[in-house]
Amino acid sequence: MHSGAKRLLLVAILVAAVVSHFSAQFNRYYLGVAIDIGINIILAVSLNLINGHTGQFSLGHAGFMAVGGYSTAKFTLTLQPLLPPWAQPLIFTAGLLLGGLTAAFAGLGVGVPTLRLRGDYLAIVTLGFGEIIRVFFQTTEAFGAATGLTGIPNWTNFGWAWGGAALTVFVVGCLVNSTYGRGFIAVHDDEVAAGATGINPVRYKVTAFVIGAFFAGIAGGLYAHHKQFLSPGGFDFMKSIDIVVMVILGGMGRTAGVIIAAVLLTILPEALRGFAEYRMILYSLLIIVLMIARPQGLFAFRRQKN
Amino acid sequence: MNSRHFMNKWYLYLFWPAAGTILFILASTGCNKPVGEGDGGETIKVGEFASLTGKEATFGISSHEGTLLAIEEINAAGGVLGKKLELLTEDTQSKPGEPATVVNKLIARDGAVAILGEVASSRSLEAAPICQQNKIPMISPSSTNPKVTQVGDFIFRVCFTDKFQGDVLANFATKTLKAKTAAIFTDVKSDYSKGLAKYFKDKFSGNGGNISTELDYNGGDKDFKAQLTAIKSANPDCIFVPGYYTDVALICIQSKQLGLNVPLFGGDGWESEKLVEIGKDAVEGQYFSTHFHPDVGSELGRKFVEHYRKRWNGKSPDALAACGYDSALVLADAMKRAGSSEGQKVRDALAATKNFQGVTGVITMNENRDATKSAVILQVKDGKYKFLETVAP
Amino acid sequence: MTEILQQLINGLALGAIYGLIALGYTMVYGVLRFINFAHGDVFMLGAFAGYFLSPLVNRFLPAQSYLGAALVLVLAMAICAGIGVLIEFLAYRPLRRRPKLTVLITAIGVSLFLEYTGQHKSVFGAAPRKFPDLIPDTAWHFGGLVLNTNQVLVFVTTVLLLIALTFIVQKTKMGTAMRAVSFNEQAAALMGVNINSVISFTFGLGSALAGAGGILFAMNYASIDPLMGVQTGLKAFIAAVFGGIGNLPGAALGGLILGVVETFAGGIPGLSNYRDGIAFAILILILLIRPAGLLGKLQTEKV
Repeated sequence: MHSGAKRLLLVAILVAAVVSHFSAQFNRYYLGVAIDIGINIILAVSLNLINGHTGQFSLGHAGFMAVGGYSTAKFTLTLQPLLPPWAQPLIFTAGLLLGGLTAAFAGLGVGVPTLRLRGDYLAIVTLGFGEIIRVFFQTTEAFGAATGLTGIPNWTNFGWAWGGAALTVFVVGCLVNSTYGRGFIAVHDDEVAAGATGINPVRYKVTAFVIGAFFAGIAGGLYAHHKQFLSPGGFDFMKSIDIVVMVILGGMGRTAGVIIAAVLLTILPEALRGFAEYRMILYSLLIIVLMIARPQGLFAFRRQKN
Repeated sequence: MNSRHFMNKWYLYLFWPAAGTILFILASTGCNKPVGEGDGGETIKVGEFASLTGKEATFGISSHEGTLLAIEEINAAGGVLGKKLELLTEDTQSKPGEPATVVNKLIARDGAVAILGEVASSRSLEAAPICQQNKIPMISPSSTNPKVTQVGDFIFRVCFTDKFQGDVLANFATKTLKAKTAAIFTDVKSDYSKGLAKYFKDKFSGNGGNISTELDYNGGDKDFKAQLTAIKSANPDCIFVPGYYTDVALICIQSKQLGLNVPLFGGDGWESEKLVEIGKDAVEGQYFSTHFHPDVGSELGRKFVEHYRKRWNGKSPDALAACGYDSALVLADAMKRAGSSEGQKVRDALAATKNFQGVTGVITMNENRDATKSAVILQVKDGKYKFLETVAP
Repeated sequence: MTEILQQLINGLALGAIYGLIALGYTMVYGVLRFINFAHGDVFMLGAFAGYFLSPLVNRFLPAQSYLGAALVLVLAMAICAGIGVLIEFLAYRPLRRRPKLTVLITAIGVSLFLEYTGQHKSVFGAAPRKFPDLIPDTAWHFGGLVLNTNQVLVFVTTVLLLIALTFIVQKTKMGTAMRAVSFNEQAAALMGVNINSVISFTFGLGSALAGAGGILFAMNYASIDPLMGVQTGLKAFIAAVFGGIGNLPGAALGGLILGVVETFAGGIPGLSNYRDGIAFAILILILLIRPAGLLGKLQTEKV
């Protein structure tokens, strides 16, 4: 079973790398959107671990993305001029890992204090943390403050983005479907019962935050090297909400659904560009309509919770 | 539940969207459009990216309206190189992340030969590397952060930088207002505001002045009493507010309410009819620097104001609209001089722009591709802007 | 010393506005266990309603009179109540049985919809407008301190509305019904309470409060635009949670404390740029010490 999954992961990464090799042939715009999709998949799947599988309502995911993005960017910006071009993939990998780790650390910082909180209170506190992180980057000159961080090299290509997405899906999927991972779902369904049966809800909640944040940090690093520019305004709670919408639309906890929702919600604003001034109005209407028409998410047809 | 069944199934789910997306890329346009192809047809495609919705919509719309007016007038007069200019505008929603996508679209899919935009330096900074990498000239109408044109030699601006305006205002404070101390009240969310504040501070201190206190606000805030009370206690001779009129109007009102009776002054972000409309007598007697004024400007400036009012239902243009207008004019002029719309040629012509008469003044591109222009200082008198002095670079 | 007292006045005035809007949030949450994200945007609509109503009212009543202002206020509240009931009927009622998160996302959708539609040039347009002076604003000076009539008005109105709300919730039949629904919706239905009308009434009342907040806010800060509800709504929401969500006096208290803290932080050079962050930091701190907010009651989870 696991070997089957591993094989699929390798195939996915290989395909991504191959496509990436030919990416100079493709239209830059569409390629850019495809990379955006890959990054959003990572964001959505990582948030899904926290919100969907473990049932913790987190509204501050953009904060983790910011931490990872700025860390990675600062790292590569400092090292790039010092090392030869062939070292670039190495610097990038190291940078991404650094971004992921700092974000994971931030996830720890958010997960631990919020253990006692439930539902709406948890939501507002995570939103608060996200905003505090944003304000931090907005006021710190070392990270460019309000102007932002410029000149980030354009290293994210299709391979990195989709390879990262495949890896995220693999890791999160394996985690949740393992025996250990059943604990996440137990905590989601009924925390007290889970505690009574020997599952430590604290450990699972914090783990969910840390792992979710780790991948969000990687997504942030990829994002930074795709847009070549980071600005604190891009990581406000509206960004967090964009990701939350993907998770909810996909059906909380349905990895497959969440992936498809991420793809759709990235393509949708692009498809609506022709409508310029009505675009956001239509987008918000679409959210309302989708929620009313199919509130369990577009793709939730399996697990019923009573 | 059969987990094996479950798990295999969802890997397939990743596969299909991946396959689908790859097909989508391949199918849509397969190959990269040769960059800058947009004059193969009957029109010359000029791309514009602006914030038409979102937090800074009011500035983006102003800039866009100026640009559009210019393009329409150019076309009415016969176009450029025998062809009409086609303005392709994309909305960046005041959101970071959008300019990159949108400029990529304009260049790679729509075939724009040049890009106009943006008002906010941060969004210009995001788009500039893309234009530079594709060798497409980009003209920012009103981004004032020096870093923007430092991205590369294809990036230009038609406005002065924060440094120039900051110096102008510092000298104004020292010489005209005869202020020994000043308080600075900055919009911490705006890099324009922060940049202007920094250069003002440097010059004012250099002139022997003393900064009594420095406080910040967030653009979009409505209540400034907390900071203004602190400023009042510091007792400055004048207050420098390098922000936008949307906030400045309220700042003036509230400082009057608190009994702060020292002059307030700022930069071109103040210029808009809304300033007087909202601020009323609280803005009376205050000062700001900007690009032009009908009394000193040319006939061109006066005509611009008239045409703008006619085109946009009686609305008066603000500084951003005037800059947007000039960005289009400068581009068209460069194309005419280059005799072509090809990227490199237009870029060279743009760099050679000398003494071009725009509505915001006489524009010459210096070696940094910034416009060396004079600034004018205005004072609000009887609900109108009175011209005080011109400051040359 | 003068500065500190002045900041206190500023803070209380600002806090009163947060409290007023927070009352609406907390009331809807108390009855329906639902955060109405669109509350801040109804607040914005209230301000715009006042903008358009004022010239109409001035045709019959002399400009800048207390009676005219009161009329504009009442009419705006009524309009907002209607809008609130409409939104509930169209967007939230179909989701009554669904998990709370679904409704939350829908509320976000409604909020975005109101904001972006308002920004469209055929509606309000993105540019800020000057809110007309409903009553003459005079400043009272004593010592070095300044107090404006508008500030006093907000404070007084917030207190009055708090009292009125508490009266409605505690002493009227509808109020009892609201409390019943907040304890247990199904049991209330079994007792013969018409859930639909209670919910509609709650929304209408909450939206009317938002509308009042909008008018009073615009009287104090005369620049209105379609996005004015975003920041203020968020702060008011923080105030509501901070004071204990579902608790009416808690919302008012939370608003006042938030206003004062924010004002004091804002007046300190070097700290003023962290203003937003500080508001959230206080919130997080309080919730860590008292997870249910200042005056809230901890819900024990039944197993």
